[in-house]
Amino acid sequence: MTLLTIESLTRRFGGLTAVDAVTMHVQEGELVSIIGPNGAGKTTLFNLISGVDVPDAGTIVFGGQSVGGMPAERLAALGLARTFQHGRVFANLSVLDNVLIGAHARLRAVRPPTGLFAPLAELTLALIRPAAVRAEEERIRAEACEVLALFGERLLPRLEHPAYSLSYANRRRLEIARALTLHPRLLLLDEPTAGMNPSETAEMLDVILQLKERGLTILLIEHKLALVMQLSNRVIVMDDGRVIAQGVPEHVRNDPAVVEAYLGHSAVGADAQEPSVLEVTA
Amino acid sequence: MTSWLDHTVNGLIIGNIYALIAVGLALIFGVSNLINFAHGSVYMIGAYTGWVCVAAIGTPLPLTLLGVVVGCAALGILIERFGLRPLQGAPRIAPLLATIGIGLVLEQIAQLIFSPDPRALPSQLPAWRLPLGSGSIGALDLFIAAVGVVSTAVLYGFLRFTHLGWAVRATAQDRDAALQMGIDVHRVNQVVFAIASALGGLSGVLVGMYFNNIFPAMGFQATLKGFVAELIGGVGSVPGAVAGSLLLGLIESYGVALLGTSYRNLFAFLILIAVLVWRPNGIFSSTRQVPPEPLTGTFIAPSKPVHVPRWAYAAATAIFLALPLIWRDSYIIQTLTNAWLYGMLALSLTLVAGTTGQMSLGHAGLLAIGGYASALLALDLGVPVPLALLLAGFITAALGTLLIFPAFRLRGHYVAIATLAIGEIVGLVILNWEGLTRGPIGVVGIPPLEFFGLPLYDTSALYWVSFTIMVLLALLQWRLTQYHLGRALRAIREDDVAARAFGISLNRYKGLAFAFSGFVAGLSGAITAHMYSYINHETFNTQISLLALTMIILGGMGNIFGAIVGAVALIGLPEMFRAVAEYRILLYGIVLLLLVRFRPQGLMGTV
Repeated sequence: MTLLTIESLTRRFGGLTAVDAVTMHVQEGELVSIIGPNGAGKTTLFNLISGVDVPDAGTIVFGGQSVGGMPAERLAALGLARTFQHGRVFANLSVLDNVLIGAHARLRAVRPPTGLFAPLAELTLALIRPAAVRAEEERIRAEACEVLALFGERLLPRLEHPAYSLSYANRRRLEIARALTLHPRLLLLDEPTAGMNPSETAEMLDVILQLKERGLTILLIEHKLALVMQLSNRVIVMDDGRVIAQGVPEHVRNDPAVVEAYLGHSAVGADAQEPSVLEVTA
Repeated sequence: MTSWLDHTVNGLIIGNIYALIAVGLALIFGVSNLINFAHGSVYMIGAYTGWVCVAAIGTPLPLTLLGVVVGCAALGILIERFGLRPLQGAPRIAPLLATIGIGLVLEQIAQLIFSPDPRALPSQLPAWRLPLGSGSIGALDLFIAAVGVVSTAVLYGFLRFTHLGWAVRATAQDRDAALQMGIDVHRVNQVVFAIASALGGLSGVLVGMYFNNIFPAMGFQATLKGFVAELIGGVGSVPGAVAGSLLLGLIESYGVALLGTSYRNLFAFLILIAVLVWRPNGIFSSTRQVPPEPLTGTFIAPSKPVHVPRWAYAAATAIFLALPLIWRDSYIIQTLTNAWLYGMLALSLTLVAGTTGQMSLGHAGLLAIGGYASALLALDLGVPVPLALLLAGFITAALGTLLIFPAFRLRGHYVAIATLAIGEIVGLVILNWEGLTRGPIGVVGIPPLEFFGLPLYDTSALYWVSFTIMVLLALLQWRLTQYHLGRALRAIREDDVAARAFGISLNRYKGLAFAFSGFVAGLSGAITAHMYSYINHETFNTQISLLALTMIILGGMGNIFGAIVGAVALIGLPEMFRAVAEYRILLYGIVLLLLVRFRPQGLMGTV
């Protein structure tokens, strides 16, 4: 079943068309990677899908519902979670609180279904804190620790540490834990291994593989192509705001348009390397 | 028809004066991304420098102007060097808070030297007037227009054609890149502050001569008008500031002609809110902006809150409950009662400015709503006082949230300006809506607090009532922010884009924070009104808002116990040393400056 369908999606910034008539889809249970040189429009595409930015044209359908231009908070409630390119953890909140924010969109006992007086009901429930609310809080705390266990002993011993005290790699892990706590139907990962060394990257690869095996649908932006080739069911290549190639990893790896986007035209560099160069960048 | 010509001329002259202030603000914003709240105080110092030259020394006009320009430029350089340069690398709101502190200090120094009373600043220009339409235009009018045009032209030439001006523009565009290219950005900053302050001082002396009246507090309104003008034209743009100023001058002039003088400032602030909400980049631009990186407007220093064991809270509560029985000094008890009322205000402010990261500079407006609501309910509708207090809390929660709602979509510095303006609007509406609020006369004969029909006049009883209510509110606020609500509010403060991506609706949670905050502040204002038995539109002024801000920074932003500690420290301590009463506000300004510079996490740590 198709979980995400994007058609002719376009976003312009002044004279620059950052995302230019992009059409793509993601099946349920699939891991699709988006690759492309810097400035290709990958993160802008993520911003459009996750409601951080509003498209100028085109449609986004998520889980059978048209969501183009829908505010980010409503998309989160529909089961869409993301991480950010440069890492956006809540710096002065503890590791545990950061993960618990991930569960916010799922809170039911303390956030009764919407209605005119829903905010007031929420305020009252937060003050009175009846048994159902306390039970829910206990439950999500237990869940948060389970999610953090995915990263072994990296984050669990630091539950009460503020997020600003974490290493860069740990902040990226924390972001993924926060996104997983939302119980997403679709997870958008924006360069989860940026700034990580080879052993940390390998560790992250294992984590993402585990998530894939659990059947989570993932859309991944990544520059480390070895990782992409190993993980992806399909790869979408973007350049200059457009999709220039897509297909299974082996197919994309040998596509001349892709090689040109990464290395420039073969006529420009006198001894342009064969596609195998793609692996060198990994 | 002719009267419209007069209003146009008048509007353009006022607009020209605003331009001299707005251009300086725009220059400083362009180069250091800073809204300079001290600018109005420099303008006031300019006026007083002019007064010293004219009245005390007796200099001729050119020398007077030279003295003002040189004096204010030097002051600007001092402000930049000692007030702001040390704050590089601090959160971006820190220099803004520092300029608030500097502004307070300058204003108080002027008050101590020259007394708070207004004095005349005679114009040194010939008194002839040229008939124009049904009115006339004087030498001073023309001179002000000329100064505006010439200084704008000189400034334009400087920025456009000189090497240093080039450096200023480069620094404005990208400070780090300019630094990499070998531009001495400190020197650029210094030059910009000197020019901006000289212009500000010049406009101060001209305004003083125009109205033949100067007073130490004149700078505050001027700063606000300058902001409005600058915002209309687009923040940081010098030509925009000039255009915005003229437009503001004209709108005010026409508005006053239609409705009357007391509405003058109301126009400015309503325009400010409208521009902020609909055209935050100024009316001449229409670009849709990409969401910025996080942490631009918060002032939360990373710190661990000081751990206070529960028994210590209990012990402190018991001691303060027993205090009136032990310490029979009614002055001390009254002072502490006052501190508890400020403590409620600080609780209210720390929830929105600390926990939620929405820097509110207009919190006194909430006190005013609560005070007026309770007083009028009790007086005009005969509602029993305890019920009136409670209703006032709810009215303030609803009305306050509604008023601040347009500012929910703003971030960082803009929240501070918008709330400041909303606070001013509340005061101006109270002043002008005579049918409801009794206008400038104020509300007289507000019934005293009562307990089951028993009026409370006793100092100790009032102390116990306010202390108990404050403690209850603090406990409620603590309980409220412990679990999911506290997390959501703090997530908004840390990074609103990421918060939204996790399902946290900004409107909903900012609304809840302001509603609870409004309830607490409204209650504080209501109790104050019944204790004073008289309030008017100036009872709850901006100085109180700034004092509350200093309290919560002193206690540690977002820290509930810290808010109360801050209130006791700033209200209680100065009162106990009665000798320093005169220097109190000066002291607050200095405390604010020192905190921002040396201990941004406050005494008890941020939460």
